[in-house]
Amino acid sequence: MTDLDLVCDVLVIGGGPAGAWTAIGAARAGADVLLVDKGYCGTSGAAAAAGVGAWYVPPTEEEREHAVRSRQKLGGDLAERAWVERVLDEVWVRMRELDAFGFPFSDTERPREDLENPGGMGYQRGMNFLHLQGPDLMRVMRRQVRRAGVRILDQSPVLQLLTDGSGAVVGAHGRRRQEQVDYRVRAGATVIATGGCAFLSHAIGTDVDTGDGYLFAAEAGAHLTGMEFSNAYSLGAKGTSASKGAHFAYGTFTREDGSEIEGAGVLRGRSVIARALIDGPVYCVFDQADDAVEHEMRLQQPNFMGGLDKLGIDPRKQRFEVDLILEGTVRGTGGIDVVTDDCATGVPGLFAAGDAATRQLICGGFTGGGSHNIAWAAASGTFAGTGAARYARAHGTAAVRTHDTARAGLAGTGGTDHREIVRAVQGEILPLAKNYFRAGDRLRASLDVLDAAWRSTVDLGPDADGRSHARSAVALAATGRWMYASALARTETRGMHRRDDFPGIDPAQTSRLLTGGLDDVWTRWEQDALLGAAS
Amino acid sequence: MIEILSGDLCVDCDICVKVCPTNVFDAVAGGTPVIARQQDCQTCFMCEAYCPTGALFVATSTEPAPEGAWQRDEAQVGARGMLGKYRDDLGWNRGQTPRAAFATPLLAQKHISAAASAARSKNNEIGQVLP
Repeated sequence: MTDLDLVCDVLVIGGGPAGAWTAIGAARAGADVLLVDKGYCGTSGAAAAAGVGAWYVPPTEEEREHAVRSRQKLGGDLAERAWVERVLDEVWVRMRELDAFGFPFSDTERPREDLENPGGMGYQRGMNFLHLQGPDLMRVMRRQVRRAGVRILDQSPVLQLLTDGSGAVVGAHGRRRQEQVDYRVRAGATVIATGGCAFLSHAIGTDVDTGDGYLFAAEAGAHLTGMEFSNAYSLGAKGTSASKGAHFAYGTFTREDGSEIEGAGVLRGRSVIARALIDGPVYCVFDQADDAVEHEMRLQQPNFMGGLDKLGIDPRKQRFEVDLILEGTVRGTGGIDVVTDDCATGVPGLFAAGDAATRQLICGGFTGGGSHNIAWAAASGTFAGTGAARYARAHGTAAVRTHDTARAGLAGTGGTDHREIVRAVQGEILPLAKNYFRAGDRLRASLDVLDAAWRSTVDLGPDADGRSHARSAVALAATGRWMYASALARTETRGMHRRDDFPGIDPAQTSRLLTGGLDDVWTRWEQDALLGAAS
Repeated sequence: MIEILSGDLCVDCDICVKVCPTNVFDAVAGGTPVIARQQDCQTCFMCEAYCPTGALFVATSTEPAPEGAWQRDEAQVGARGMLGKYRDDLGWNRGQTPRAAFATPLLAQKHISAAASAARSKNNEIGQVLP
């Protein structure tokens, strides 16, 4: 039953930073824009709930060279210099624009065009990012999206993309979950900005990031890439949502018996913590922080320290139990492959931006923190929004006969409860012993479970949001399969991808790895694809 | 996880219903909204930030508080100053300046130098891995 029909030039799916910048970019290019979010544009997604940074590097040869080189080795030589350059050029403009939008930058950390002192007082090379308080960032961005004339549909999860007879994406079908009506949008172009996938781990803000956009794109025929770079975990207090790697640099890590864990740290020492966590509980105390540092911690991400306050813990005096919480491809770099400078996916009418799109182009197989995510969101969103507006202008929005694309999770009763599918997938993807540290035999065993989860018929259950939950559940299963198929194919350790059975880097695998497919998942080296195209 | 919606402080504006990313609340015609789907709460604290009257309390744990815990008792939560704490910490209350306006790069600088010195022997590009 369809209750609401809408038409727009550009449909943006997802209202985090990437979706917001996409919508603004498309509206500036003259498009009539509709932005739909599963939750609420302004609170949805990983950025809104956290303290994030933006990679802000002045356009001087020396600084850019440093920025490019610093990522090259960490990312396993999979980033592309030209993409890093054009993203940084874009961020250089977007951050100062954010100041004009009214983001409450501090006087000491305000982006400026000054090449010598681009981040205000205290700027130094190697620290080229600006701090952005997530809730403030997204409050400002929502206001700006509305000022740009963009229509916003909140609480309106997309269920599937719609295509025309030729396979081009011509809109989407979703549900207004608070009004209990379906909607169908006829769009000239569609941009997926649905974020990454963190498998409902409760890493702060990421439970809306369930890989829906990957599934939509794959059902329409798009490819993914870098899905083996999907095992990012962040440090937080056990059983809580908030994490902040930077704070733990001031910490000392201990085992149950109080003995210090040698070599533990948030950077290179993260694997040491992961190993220790497989053996037993791990604790931390911020004993190296002084009053000034604590003051800054409270300013930079109040929900982390505030959360400890609520637990009655003084983290400078009392040790507290910690855990590594999966952030999957939210902090990992895998995602939908983009094949043009304006972030087109290769499927006509379909674009991707932000964490939903691969971030390998600027980070390779490793990402350190939110700085690159926000930079990528601002830049790829602007590229995709502009490109989508151009595509929509060329192709129009005339009425066409549309086809549904969903391949799983939209209909059915008497099958498996969607919550059971989620639990089965989480059992293979969340554990450190399976995902942080990978090995061929374990990946194959997990893929059997994930394949079964994908093949099972989903029972939509009695609740009104059944279809949306079911689609998210099968998206988790699909994402897990692309991840582990890619992890199995990359028989080496590179970037964040670690294989216990292949601990070294293999120069022959210095290539991005594509994946896709629904019932039959495939993987293919991009290098081979290029060679194939040339021959 | 969301634990308290104070009927005394709530002004029935339904902002929590509107802004919750995971649709935890239900509006009630002519009345105070309710926590309808606590199990869907992702512990992001956004409702606590957006509630204009400090009527909400999101506990730190991602699991529901056990029976009898102080987190489930509005009087105790209020006495501890925890209702609407996140909004206050963000500087979003009337008369406050957003705390974002006071952040400085100092933490990051110290963090990088601390991390860099700790890891210098292992990797000289460590400053780029943050935060």
